[in-house]
Formats: sequence, C-alpha cells, structure tokens
Amino acid sequence: MKTNVESSYLKIENLWKFFGKFLALENISLEVKEGEFICFLGPSGCGKTTLLRAIAGLDLQSSGTTLQGGKDVSNLPPSERDFGIVFQSYALFPNLSIEKNIAYGLENTGRSKDEIKARVAELLELVGLPEQGKKYPAQLSGGQQQRIALARAIATNPGLLLLDEPLSALDAKVRVHLRHEIKELQRKLGVTTVMVTHDQEEALAMADRIVVMNHGVIEQVGTPTEIYREPSSLFVADFIGEMNQITATAGAGNKVRFGSAVMESAPHQFNEGDKIIAAIRPNDIIPHGDSAHSLGKDDRVETESNAIDVEVGEMEFLGSFWRCRLRHELFGNEDLIADFSINAVRRLELSEGSTMLIELPPTRLMAFAGSE
Amino acid sequence: MSDATLQNVPSGKSIRGKLSRDDIIMRGSMIVIGLYLLITMAFPLYAMLSKSFSTYKFDLAAYEVQVSDETGTNFSQPVTFADLNETLNVVAETDLSAGSDGRLGVTQFFPDFSFRSPVNYRLRNTSDTGRFLVGSTLNDATDWVELDSNTFRRVQLRPVEARGLDNFRTYFRTPALSNSIKNSVIIATVSTVITVFLAFWFAFALNRSCMRFKGFFRLVAMAPILVPSLLPGIALVYLFGNQGMLKELLFGATIYGPIGIIIGSVFFTFPHAFLIISTALSISDARLYEASVVLRGSPWRTFWTVTIPGARYGLVSAAFVVFNLVITDFGLPKVIGGQFNVLAVDIYKQVIGQQNFEMGAVVSVVLILPAIVAFTIDRLVQSKQVALLSARSVPYSPSPNARLDWTLFGFSSLVAVFIVGILAVCQFAALVKFWPYDLSFSLNNYQFDRMDGGGWGSYYNSIKLALLTAVIGTSVIFFGAYLVEKSNGFRTGRTLFQMFAMLPMAIPGMVLGLSYIFFFNNPSNPFYFIYGTMAILVVSTVTHFYTVSHLTATTALQQMDREFESVSASLKQPTLKLFSRVTVPVSMPAILDISIYLFVNAMTTVSAVVFLYSPKTSLASIAVLNMDDAGDIAPAAAMGMMIFYTNAAARILHLIASRGILQRTQAWRKR
Repeated sequence: MKTNVESSYLKIENLWKFFGKFLALENISLEVKEGEFICFLGPSGCGKTTLLRAIAGLDLQSSGTTLQGGKDVSNLPPSERDFGIVFQSYALFPNLSIEKNIAYGLENTGRSKDEIKARVAELLELVGLPEQGKKYPAQLSGGQQQRIALARAIATNPGLLLLDEPLSALDAKVRVHLRHEIKELQRKLGVTTVMVTHDQEEALAMADRIVVMNHGVIEQVGTPTEIYREPSSLFVADFIGEMNQITATAGAGNKVRFGSAVMESAPHQFNEGDKIIAAIRPNDIIPHGDSAHSLGKDDRVETESNAIDVEVGEMEFLGSFWRCRLRHELFGNEDLIADFSINAVRRLELSEGSTMLIELPPTRLMAFAGSE
Repeated sequence: MSDATLQNVPSGKSIRGKLSRDDIIMRGSMIVIGLYLLITMAFPLYAMLSKSFSTYKFDLAAYEVQVSDETGTNFSQPVTFADLNETLNVVAETDLSAGSDGRLGVTQFFPDFSFRSPVNYRLRNTSDTGRFLVGSTLNDATDWVELDSNTFRRVQLRPVEARGLDNFRTYFRTPALSNSIKNSVIIATVSTVITVFLAFWFAFALNRSCMRFKGFFRLVAMAPILVPSLLPGIALVYLFGNQGMLKELLFGATIYGPIGIIIGSVFFTFPHAFLIISTALSISDARLYEASVVLRGSPWRTFWTVTIPGARYGLVSAAFVVFNLVITDFGLPKVIGGQFNVLAVDIYKQVIGQQNFEMGAVVSVVLILPAIVAFTIDRLVQSKQVALLSARSVPYSPSPNARLDWTLFGFSSLVAVFIVGILAVCQFAALVKFWPYDLSFSLNNYQFDRMDGGGWGSYYNSIKLALLTAVIGTSVIFFGAYLVEKSNGFRTGRTLFQMFAMLPMAIPGMVLGLSYIFFFNNPSNPFYFIYGTMAILVVSTVTHFYTVSHLTATTALQQMDREFESVSASLKQPTLKLFSRVTVPVSMPAILDISIYLFVNAMTTVSAVVFLYSPKTSLASIAVLNMDDAGDIAPAAAMGMMIFYTNAAARILHLIASRGILQRTQAWRKR
C-alpha cells in the first residue's frame, strides 16, 4: 500500500488558533504521509474542524506553519492551495445540474469542452451514478448527493482531499455503505485524505491513522488498533469504545490496589500510593465457570490475583451480547460493566442476582492518572 | 487572555493571511458601497446635525462707525453699533438672532438719517469676524470705508455664525413649535392602537377561521401600500370635508385635524401591521392548541394563553412599525392636518415656508429621536421572534365554526369596505366634473398639464425614478448584502457596513431629504452637480428604503449553504462566477421582491423627495401634493389613482415575470 511510502505530504508545525481569547488549537504538530487516510476524531468543540479549515486555508491559524508537498502554504488563501473538499451539507449548487456541478472546477482550466465532458462521465462512473448527470441535486438522495460532492471535489485531481463530517447527515445504513465506498475510492486514487468525524466507529473503520483530539490538543495519534488497544489517556480510552473506570491506588511495580485487593495490571509509571483510575473495557472481562458451569477446556483462571467473585446486577440484552452490571465491594458503589457473549450467559446460567467468577486480565487492566 | 494561556503563547510570529484576488475584489467593492452609504446618509445627517447647532447672530459690537458733520468732513469719535443701540434701543435683543441669510440695515441707528443729506459715514469691522454688505459687495476687512448717505443706506450687517443650543432653546420656548411633539405622539399612539387592533382581527380572520373569500380580503388589505399616504386624506376631504357627502356624520367636528390624520393613518399603515401580525399568526404550533383542548381550556382561555402569547412579538413589532410610520409621515397631515401641527409638517413649513433651515434641522433632530427609539425596540423584538418556530412544529389548520366565521367575515367586510371605499371615492371624485354640484363624468381632471404640479411629465418622471430605483437599488443592495454575508475576515468592516445598512430605517424621509439639502446643495461639495437632478432623487430613494431591502437580501443569502464559497475557492473558481451562476439565480425570488418593493415605494414616496425635486424632475406623488395645495383636489385624486393603477400593474407584471423567471431558473426546486 502507498501508506508505506515514508515521505510526509502534509506537515503541520506548532499550529495555534485563537478565536478572540478562546484557544481553539494549542500547539498542533502533525505529519501526514502521502496517500494516507487520516481521521481527526473527537467530541464536538475539540477543534478538529478548526484544524481542517486551517489546513484548507478557510480559517487561517493564528500562528504556525503548514507545509503541503514541501511547499509552505501557511498564509495562502484557499484558492491558491491544492485540495478538494466535501462538507457535511454536500454544498452542491442547487440550480446547476449534476454534470455542471462536477464540471464547475474543470471550467477555465484550459480543458476543452469535450475533455470536460469525458472527465465528468468518468467521474460519474467512478462514484457509481453514471445515469444521473442531467438531474438536479434536489432530485437525488442524500447519499447520492454526497457522492456527487465527492466527484466534484476530486474532479481536478487535487493532492489533498478534505472531508468535513461527510457522512453525518446520512441514515445509518447509507452511512455504513458509503464509508466503505469512500475508503475504496481513496485507495484506488491514492489521494492523501483528511477526514473529520465525531463517530469513532467511522474513524476505526476508515482511517489508516487516527488523530484523537480534545480541547484543542492532540491526545493521541495512531492506527485504529493502537488507539483502541493502547489508549494513551483516559480520555482516549473512554472516547474510543467503552471503558470501566474504577478509582484505585497504584501499587509497587505494575500493580493496582482496590481497597485491600491488589491486582496485576499493564505496565504503568505511577508510584506506589498514587491515586489512579484503573480501567478495563467491558468486553475484556473474562467470565469463568465453576465445575458445574464450565465454558470449555480452556476455561481456567490465568492470574489468580485478578479473579474475583461478583454479584450479577441488571442484565441488558443488546442483540449480539449481554451487558451485565457486576457488583463487588472492592469497586464501591460503582458497577463494573461487562459484555458477555450469549453463549457464555447461557452456559453459566447467569441471571440477575446470581454470583459468578470473573477475571480482569492484567494486560487489559490499565492505569491512568486520577482526575484532580 | 488568562495568564495561563499567556505563558503558553506560541513563539512563532502570527500568520497574516495572503489575500486572494477575490478577497481584494470583495473588500474593495464593500468599501465602495460602504462609502456610498457614508456619502448618502452619514455625511448628510452630520451636516444636518451641525446645522441644528448653528446659530447666527448680529454682533453689533463688531462694527465701528463715524459720522461727519454737514460738510462731509470732521468725523465724530468712532462708536460701535452696540453703543448706539444702548442709547436708542432700536433693535431688541431677540431680533439679533437671525438665519444664515439674515441682514440688518444700519440706518435705524441714526434717527436723523436722510439719504439726501450731505453727511458722510465711515464704517469698519473691529475684528475679522465682522462682515457687512455694501449693496451686494461683502466687506470683511478691518479698514475704514467711507460712504455717502445714499450709499450708506444700502449697508447691511451680516450675522456671525456660532455653535450652541440656542436653536433648541428657541424651539422649546416657542409653544407653536414644541406643541407638535405632543400632537405627533398623540396621533401616532391613537393610530397605532386602532390599526393594530383592526389588523390583528383581520389577520386572525384570515389565518384562524374558515371564512370565505380569504384571497380577496388578502388582496384588499395590501392595496393601501400601492398609493401615497396622502391619498386617503383626499378621499376624506371628499367624504367629510366642507363639502363632503357624509359631513353630518361628524356632528360638527372637523375632519381637518387629528380625526382626519388618524383615519388616514389607519388606512395607509394597515397593510404593514397586517403583514407582520399575519406572519406571526401563521407560524403558530397546532400542538399547543391540541394541548389546550385536551386540558379542557375554553376557547377564550385558549385565545389568551396560546394565541396572544404566540403573536405577541408580532403585535409589538407591528405597533412600533405603525407608530414610526405615522409619526414620520408627511403627506397625510399636510393634506388634512389643517391647523393641527405635527413634526413632519413642521420641518416642511420651516424649510419651504419660512426658509428657516436651522429650525428645520432642529425639528428633524426632535423627530429622529422617537423614530430611533421605535426602531431600536422593533429590532430587539424581531431578534427574539426567530426561535419561535421549531422544525417540529405542526401547522395549525382551523376547523369551521359558523358563528365565529360569520362574525369575522362581517368584520373583515367592514375593513374591506373602508379600504375599497377610500380608493373608490378618489376614483369617483377624479372622474366627476365638479364635486358636489355636477356629478356627470368627464376626463377633465386628467388634463394634468393644465394644473400646477408638473403635469403628465411628473408622472413619467415618477415611472423613470421607480424603474431606476428598482434596477440600481436592487443591484447595489443585493451585492452589498452578498459582500457582507459572504466575504472572509474583515470583521470590523463588515460590522460597520451592517450598521450603516440598518440606519436608514431609523431616519424619517423628511429628515433624509432635508439633510440632503444641507449636504449636497453646497457648491464646495464635489457631488454638488447631482443636486436638482434625477440622480439625487434616485440616490435618496434607494437610501431611504435601503434597510428593508437589505434585510430581505440578507435573509435570502443566509438561507444559502455557507460552504458554497469554500467549495468554489477550493475549485479555484472566482467568487464572482459563483455569484452570477449560483447566488443570483438561487436568490431570484428575493431579488424580484426587493425590486418591486423599491418600485412601489419610489412611486408613492413624498417625504424625502419633497425637498429635492426640481421643476424638471417633479414627481407624480409631489404633483398630488402640490395640486391639492393649489386647491385642484380632483386632479390630485386623479393623479393619486394613476399611481395606484401603475403600482397595481407593476405588481401584476412582477407576478408574471416572477413566474416566468422562476420557471426558468428555479426548475431545480421541483423534484
């Protein structure tokens, strides 16, 4: 894949953005490789769209430099940069036909009418809407409109494709379908792409690398698996997927302490006695049976210290799994949330009020700094 | 910025964006239109304001005079006119105040003066502020000038200009003038109460009942917008004037005065109030009514707890709009006000009647204040109106209720009879030979060329003005609104522009017109050349009606996707291409609305242009005023109805054109 090429196409250095006194972006530095698909992910107001608009030159940063293809574009207006952009609202020109929308950027570029026509046909084919050229945007569905917007954005072969929440306005099903198509198209064209989204699932599914942002700073940059498996902060851990958070203290050497119990955890840098938050994902909690309810021949506790008996509280059936609230005095008033397979629930004969043995695997039990 | 962020402030220097060609073009154009507003509004208003503080006074101490004996030699010791006046007391202190054109003869200081006497006089200014005329030669040097008796009688002192509140003091000390404030406020308040009441029930009938002929009633309600405000005055004269058909209905009271002004004001402000309240009533949420029914609220209780609160912003807004229209209106009280003085007419009387421009400016300043207050409150209220309608609201549809429907039908019919009646009386009066003695029909009254007021020429001038205003005004205003809405950065400039664009609505037409005299009728002004031409009429009309048009354009532009410009820039296409290929076609309905608004108002306006027309550029609405003034009331009514028919025709044309253009440019709207 092209992503392995070790040259950075887009390089952002020490970017700051103030809106009046409000600090929207704080010292952002980032490199995007040629052909890479990057997602800016974060809650609303985290600065991801601001960063995208700064890259586009639509809202200039207060300070910092942007290099695109080795050229300093920091202070250039959008019209002198090289990018195509797709917005959540599609922003198709309502009074122009689909063809004319796509041809809009091809005009006045020295292309002949026939060339433009051929290119438009090619693009319509590419986005899978070859028959729709004569229609007006309002006559197409949302998903179709967004594909036209995409075709318009890539018509001039820009070096950089910017997608600002392109799927947010669409139905759930269309969204899943289209995100696959966009990813395919991006792979085929090999165009460096930056997408802004607040949907973690979308980011995990589409991105080569994810940039998680919060309060105007980058929390973590990494591949989807890195972000999910090794979140560098509690924020990332909580924002991507779900996470149990239990107040605890650090123990000496990769241990966490819940009241009187000490469990082994993933390596951490805390000193003994530090207030921390211990975290584990609901689907990382391992259910165990006793002799009567075995889950199979591999069903045995690996780390004795990390296994505890808990009482099963409320159980919610969520289709493909059960979500169980587990209680234990070590965790205080907070329930531990665990996702168990339907199979496990049946075999263990779990019901509200029953007790069971669970294990918190040490590699999946993470320690983060406690909130002040 | 907090200290914490200060410490973290980036080390690199801050970025200054390079402007694209489009940015430069857009900012440049915005500055040009901003300058237009500055020159056509801010500067004239400033000129007027400074005029209202200008006082002119004869400074008798600034002149010295010597008198010779009978031989024409042996001059006496120099004395000032102030000394002479002290002993003789020929000029009272109050008479020393004068207008800018004031002149004071000097012979009155010499009781023995005879122009045949051989006595010679010597005169000089003691300081270089002193000025006097010998014949028509101005003398402002401090050297002695020797004159014989016959020349001396042609000496006139000129007043010295100073700044101060004297004009305002005089204004408030003169009851004849300051009473107008009370009169104006009373008239405006009473008219507002009546109009809002009638308009509310009329709008209620159209939006909340199942009565019949709603389309017809809606049409009738809008008719008064098509005629000058002084037309109902003429109709009232015919109905209730000294020779009126229905004079007895007034039981001895006279129509010339507050009664006439109020009835006429209700007529011409009705459509404005109706439109605003109707909009407020049309956007109410049916779910609230359902809730009220479910909670067993009586219809009366529902009315007070759901209907009125839902329409309250509309009611308040309508009230202030009507108040503002009445208090600033000039045409109607001019025609039917009689001896009842109001502010807007005072300005006219001071300026045209007495040539006292300073006092005209003072009245203008007084008139601006209530207008600005009403305008500000209206803007505040309107900004709150927005949130009322949510996307989830369910439109209310009334269900038949025979008693309510017929009651409202009766009420609406009465209003319709009032409106149609006024217009019919004017048309009837225009067609009869000699009211009320010879009621046979003739077209004599349409021979405008035989009357005062400019004849048919003024009618064609009006059409020319209306067309020019519609075309130029729409282009300038829409492009200006586009620049404000869609340009990047330049925030201070855009805020300033927006403020300028809102200002004209708060400025009464009379005030605008008068301020144009002060600003443009000044040979040292580089724009002096437009004074007395059609150009100044177009400029003043565009400026006068700028705000509403600007708001219409802004609203239309705000509904457009904010990202069109970003997309266009990313595709490296010039913004002006986007403007002509997308923005203008998509906004065509709003553009047509603006142009018809400007056309109709240019046809009917009197207030601003009454100070600015010249004999060559007289207008139909002015002709109505002048013919009425000259006693040619029937021709005035005829001309007024010509304006009505022209506007009605323009509206129909506009409707047809809109349909046609919409079909061509808005095909995309259809699925």
